[in-house]
Amino acid sequence: MPDVSALEACLDEILEVEFTFRNTAQPAREIACLSEIERNYVINWVRRVASTNVELGYQYACHVVRARAGMEREQVEAWALHAMDTYDREGLRPALQVILQLDDFVRISREKATGCQLQENERVLRVFLHGLSGRKLKIEAAEQAYTDTETLFLPPLLAHLSTPEQNFLLYKVMIAGLWAQTRFGTFRVGLSETLAAQNDPERTLQLFHCLETLRLEAVIARELPGLHRQLGVIRRAIGEAALPSAWERLKAKVSAADCTASDVLAIVCRMPRDVAPFAPFAYQGILLPATADACIAARLEREKILFKVKLKMLEDELGGPSGERQEDTGRSGRFGKREKRVGEMSELMQVELLLDDKPMPLPDDVSQLMSSIILDLGEIPDEYLEPAGPGDYDPAILQQKNAPDDDVWSGSYHEEGALLYQEWDFRRQHYRKSWCAVREKRIEPIYDDFAGQTLEKYSGLVKHLRKTFEAMRDENRMLKRQTQGDDVDLDALVEALADAKDGREMSDRLFSRQHRAERNIAVVFMVDMSGSTKGWINLAEKESLVLLCEALETLGDRYAIYGFSSISRKRCELYHVKHFDEPYDSEARARISGILPQDYTRMGFAIRHLSALLQEVDARTRVLITLSDGKPDDYDGYRGEYGIEDTRRALLEARRRGIHPYCITIDEEARDYLPHLYGPAAYTLIDEVWALPLKVSDIYRRLTS
Amino acid sequence: MQPKIVKLDEYLVVDEPFYQAGGDEVEIFESSYRNGLPVLLKGPTGCGKTRFMEYMAWRLQRPLITVSCHDDLTASDLVGRYLIKGGETTWVDGPLTQAVRSGGICYLDEIVEARKDTMVVIHPLADDRRVLPMEKLGMLIEAPPEFCLAISYNPGYQSVLKDLKQSTRQRFVALEFDYPKPDLEAAIVARESGLDRERAELLVRFAAMTRNLKGSGLEEGASTRLLVHAAKLIAAGVAPVSACRSAIAQALTDDHEMLAAVNELSSAIF
Repeated sequence: MPDVSALEACLDEILEVEFTFRNTAQPAREIACLSEIERNYVINWVRRVASTNVELGYQYACHVVRARAGMEREQVEAWALHAMDTYDREGLRPALQVILQLDDFVRISREKATGCQLQENERVLRVFLHGLSGRKLKIEAAEQAYTDTETLFLPPLLAHLSTPEQNFLLYKVMIAGLWAQTRFGTFRVGLSETLAAQNDPERTLQLFHCLETLRLEAVIARELPGLHRQLGVIRRAIGEAALPSAWERLKAKVSAADCTASDVLAIVCRMPRDVAPFAPFAYQGILLPATADACIAARLEREKILFKVKLKMLEDELGGPSGERQEDTGRSGRFGKREKRVGEMSELMQVELLLDDKPMPLPDDVSQLMSSIILDLGEIPDEYLEPAGPGDYDPAILQQKNAPDDDVWSGSYHEEGALLYQEWDFRRQHYRKSWCAVREKRIEPIYDDFAGQTLEKYSGLVKHLRKTFEAMRDENRMLKRQTQGDDVDLDALVEALADAKDGREMSDRLFSRQHRAERNIAVVFMVDMSGSTKGWINLAEKESLVLLCEALETLGDRYAIYGFSSISRKRCELYHVKHFDEPYDSEARARISGILPQDYTRMGFAIRHLSALLQEVDARTRVLITLSDGKPDDYDGYRGEYGIEDTRRALLEARRRGIHPYCITIDEEARDYLPHLYGPAAYTLIDEVWALPLKVSDIYRRLTS
Repeated sequence: MQPKIVKLDEYLVVDEPFYQAGGDEVEIFESSYRNGLPVLLKGPTGCGKTRFMEYMAWRLQRPLITVSCHDDLTASDLVGRYLIKGGETTWVDGPLTQAVRSGGICYLDEIVEARKDTMVVIHPLADDRRVLPMEKLGMLIEAPPEFCLAISYNPGYQSVLKDLKQSTRQRFVALEFDYPKPDLEAAIVARESGLDRERAELLVRFAAMTRNLKGSGLEEGASTRLLVHAAKLIAAGVAPVSACRSAIAQALTDDHEMLAAVNELSSAIF
């Protein structure tokens, strides 16, 4: 039995009892009963949780022993992490709920173990859905399964069946059912109007939903036989009741290939009063005609205008000389259509668009738009075929979303439009999810010929730089004395023949070949714009950038330049100076001149964002070079070990993605932490600020040759 | 077993290759051929461009010389080069020169992949001059009327680096190829693989689903060629879902989630 009072003292220290007056006697007694290994393990986790919030840590300490009795280690850890994530996201109260409602957590995690989560499988399901459908439907989580014809709403977790695979299958079947509603005309029969005319709309809707489900099931059986079989498997697994005999007869009727949704509606309207609604499939979801109608109406208007605008664009593109076009009379007749029904699927109409009676090729977006319109209306109405004239429409309707407001601080405190990056918390030994709100901002350019002055100031160096970098340029050149090649290398041949005459062995290196340039490097410069760079350092950074750009333009490597600065995790900013594909022109030069000291130095987000950018560039070698003047430092605890550990984590992630990080710094203390961050050989420390411009290009040259 | 070996410029297509015209491409090609016009075939991979060339070579009874272009293919790979034989240099014709000399059909597959200097060689062949300059020999060969130049390219991959220059495109009669219409495609798949018509139709339906995914995760949908592969496996007794996975899904992508989704699609069909 270990010393309870020692344990209590340990907990007191972790939980800062000195200031909070918590009673740690009870948890200490409980923990003392555990084995030594177990005790250390628990204390360690209490420490990790308390590093996020002391109260949370205290509650954790109070409950952990009970939790440990009923759960495996992994689960207890997941429980603690979930509580901390909840704290990050929603604050203390919900996090405490997670700790207190341990039983809920156990139940949900058991469901998660056997169930299938929408979030985890969303991409697969979405791609599956896109494969099925003509329209690009979206998937979202909701309590009930239904569709508004643009989005399929599905429950976030399915755990009705015993294995994750079966639950996944259930998702698939539900998706196919909802997809079939949008695809085979369930919402095209004027459901709302018919229902309104009925005595008991609620009952009629249920009957319709039920019979329509049977019809769609038959359609799925024809279209997707495999899926229909899987539906059968699920039915058996759930133990669905058999269809009542009255419905059995109706089923046969609606299963005919030529039965449409309006036939179903007609049958439902004639149905005798005593037929009770029945759900043919327990997870068929609900039918919300009003929601769907609203969505369709909005889409119809938008797509009609969009279609006409696209036609106008097509006409302008393909129309030939405008003189040929007769005004007024000729215009309306230019576009025509030809309808074809393909295959046995009478539902599907194929419409070919004709321009001046000739079929024309359609860009992908237009044909997608067309199939979406056909899904809603069953055809392309003639009035659609008239291209939009000027002023025919309100341009606002074409823009579905407004661009996010750049001025995030004037309004309420929100994260809209920002990219969220995770951050490593070393005390927690885990990431804080969606922690940093990152925005890319533009730099106000300053047109003051800073670049010109710098080049003049360092004119000797510039000449030298151009020469050295030119020498590095990997150009196409002729390789001589090759074993294979396009041409005979005459010098080599003459020598070889002489050798042969002499009785020596003849070389086989007799050809010459063109060598192609293969220098394939992309580099991002990440420039510290924190407040501490004010003055000399800022100037030196800017001068270095001017010289670097000069050198890189000679060399022809692709490069991008970003400044970074932050003030707390909610305001992490990357300042764009130059993208990869932007030219180094007077604008870019003015932006370099516009690099000014801002706030603090949070580094993790900048590394994560820029390595994501680098990853998108197609290059053989990717380099991320940081110019900085000190260690990571920001509000909300991003200093000391926390900042360094997060930066190290971000660099590790970058390295794992095949990016080579490198750091150039003028911080004299950098020797203490840089090797830990970048590794022993991936940084350079420059003692004197004024030497930075002289050295940077040289370092780049060494680094990449 | 003795493999049959023929010289490049004597390769005649003897048996009629199976080709089902989707439009008027056969007539257009024949007219271009009679008028000495070069032909450009556009279209996604595996939609029948190469098969069409074989079919035309058979119809016209000319030798077919196919060169699959790659990014290291140079002008001398096409025209020819000097080699050294026992202390002497001898000239060896490249495939293009062989085709011109023998009055065959030269088909340069995926021409944009080749190095830029190859274009310079085909330009004089592709306009009304119809000559092949051979700098290294200091000679010009005039192409006989039987000679025909055809190139293919896939507009789908258009990257800035792999675009066909206007000066090249504007020398050719262009034929656009696309995946055949569903009925025709099912007939082709059934005929090529010996699979029954019903399952061939299901395969074609599956292909249409993967083609829906072009742009949202897949670079290209399943080509007719892939369908034929899968159909052959199915006809040989492989379970359809496994055949689709091996012959189609795995060929389309390496992305795990995409693979899973494509497999879900095939299991929904079969």
